[in-house]
Amino acid sequence: MPAALRTARTGGMLALAVVIALLPLALANNYFYDVAVLVGLNAIVCIGLNLLIGYAGQISLGHAGFFGLGAYGSAILTARYGWPPLASLAAATAGVALLAWLVGRPILRLRGHYLAMATLGLGVIIAIVISNEDQLTGGPDGMSVPPLALFGHALTGEKAWYWVVGALLLLAVWLALNLVESPGGRALRALHGSETAAEVVGIDSVRQKVMVFVLSAVFAAFAGGLTAYYSGFITPGRANFLHSIELVTMVVFGGLASTFGAVVGAAVLTTLPQLLAVLKDYEMVVFGAVMMLTMIFMPKGFVPTLTARFAPGERK
Amino acid sequence: MSLLRVEALSKEFGGVHAVQALQFEIPAQGVYSIIGPNGAGKTTLLNLLTGVYRPSAGRIWFDDKELTGRAPHHYAAAGVGRTFQNLQIFFNMSALENVMVGRYLHERCGLVAALLRFPSLARAERACRAEALQLLEFVGLAGYARAASDSMPYGALKRLEIARALAARPRLLLLDEPAAGLNPTETQEIVRLIERLAARGITTVLVEHNMKLVMGVSDHVLVLDYGRKLAEGSAESVRRDPKVIEAYLGSEAQAHA
Ligand SMILES: Nc1ncnc2c1ncn2[C@@H]1O[C@H](COP(=O)(O)OP(=O)(O)O)[C@@H](O)[C@H]1O
Ligand SMILES: [Mg+2]
Repeated sequence: MPAALRTARTGGMLALAVVIALLPLALANNYFYDVAVLVGLNAIVCIGLNLLIGYAGQISLGHAGFFGLGAYGSAILTARYGWPPLASLAAATAGVALLAWLVGRPILRLRGHYLAMATLGLGVIIAIVISNEDQLTGGPDGMSVPPLALFGHALTGEKAWYWVVGALLLLAVWLALNLVESPGGRALRALHGSETAAEVVGIDSVRQKVMVFVLSAVFAAFAGGLTAYYSGFITPGRANFLHSIELVTMVVFGGLASTFGAVVGAAVLTTLPQLLAVLKDYEMVVFGAVMMLTMIFMPKGFVPTLTARFAPGERK
Repeated sequence: MSLLRVEALSKEFGGVHAVQALQFEIPAQGVYSIIGPNGAGKTTLLNLLTGVYRPSAGRIWFDDKELTGRAPHHYAAAGVGRTFQNLQIFFNMSALENVMVGRYLHERCGLVAALLRFPSLARAERACRAEALQLLEFVGLAGYARAASDSMPYGALKRLEIARALAARPRLLLLDEPAAGLNPTETQEIVRLIERLAARGITTVLVEHNMKLVMGVSDHVLVLDYGRKLAEGSAESVRRDPKVIEAYLGSEAQAHA
């Protein structure tokens, strides 16, 4: 398995890099680049969320809250306080990490439905605060965000963003793959398999769950901040419950406990509503239908089902 | 000197006294067996001795360090390992990975080292894999290294749990009915495995209700009945104890007659 695993790892990374490098050949205009950038940003969130849901087996229905806090935190520090964008992004992400750590300890002692409800509540609270603090956030109307400046150059235009997000996506995949195959990553999967057995071999389950909860919140906040700078405008909708559900749907569709699955899930479910523009008003219906069909026809998700089909006997 | 010491240990489940005022010491050498009829409180006792259950009353010392009320991972860190009567396998992982998880206490590293896969970690991972393979071989599962654990037969999973527990290098290993559900050949293999554990210097606590198995390998036997200590001593003295014969061996003997 070591050699096979390593090839699956490196092979997957290489394949993703090739796709990112060659995709521009198929991107006819800025609109397509725009969709590709949004895919990449959502994929980063999903990779983190999949560490929590897919590997550690802990649900979160509030990750859009972390995404929104990262977005608004970065935007507010830059627009209202004049902080440099990178410093704002780092501070907002660190702030979200701290928040996730503080709420994570009590929340992650809960299991199943209770954890789902607690994270749901957390997300709702964040969304309401963002909506109500209109002095800072612009309220329900949203707020505009200055562009991301890198070393004195403003990063503007879909094409430039495409390459930055592409590189960051590869980085996120690499980090997640590394974690999953470390002792800590195995501990997460063990918790999912049998929490009692994991504890009995020395794994502090609450500590491990808090660690992955914070990490997934960091991925979400970082991508949220980038999304704010990229779009130039944000609204509270990005932080709300429906967005949390979209993110979970991407992870479940792509495949629980599959990092590449998270990327595929984000790609398909970010692109689909854009392509089916007529369905725009029914976006949530599409997500609901995808979730139901996935559960019924391929409960393991897209990528694991595909892998099992083409590599029978081999298990990831 | 005793490795584990228990004082006035009790566990109650809403009126059911599963374990009542138990007092005993497990010496630092040999095979210590805990026997008793079904429902005697053996599994509850193991759950207490590994922190899975909190005692309703009483205290637990391991190696003269009090562990009463601590979480299971503290017991593991102190050197207590165990297997489960009802299998607790990580079915989402391969056999080899199950054993590698057992190495957690000795392999764990910082988050940054894991995310960036420091070269030192990559080396430690290779060593961990090699050691896990050796342990699979030790319990007779070399052929299953790559197998998905959810495709393995029951008897193999019983031994996989032992390999996983050994991976943590415990000083005290608690086996909850390791031969339950096994055929005679497999049971013999488990007995030989327990003897090899003893030869390795690992103190083993064997929970069983298979009397023949217990009498053959035990240095010391504790008999439970309705959560209380019924008798304690060498296998020979316990076997002759009239109370034990009445409560337990008697019914066995009748069943076998
Ligand atoms: N988690 C639990 N909740 C309620 N009752 C329990 C629980 N665990 C064990 N018991 C009860 O405690 C008694 C001892 O059970 P157990 O320790 O499993 O016995 P043994 O392993 O010797 O067969 C039984 O009456 C059982 O029903
Ligand atoms: Mg039992």
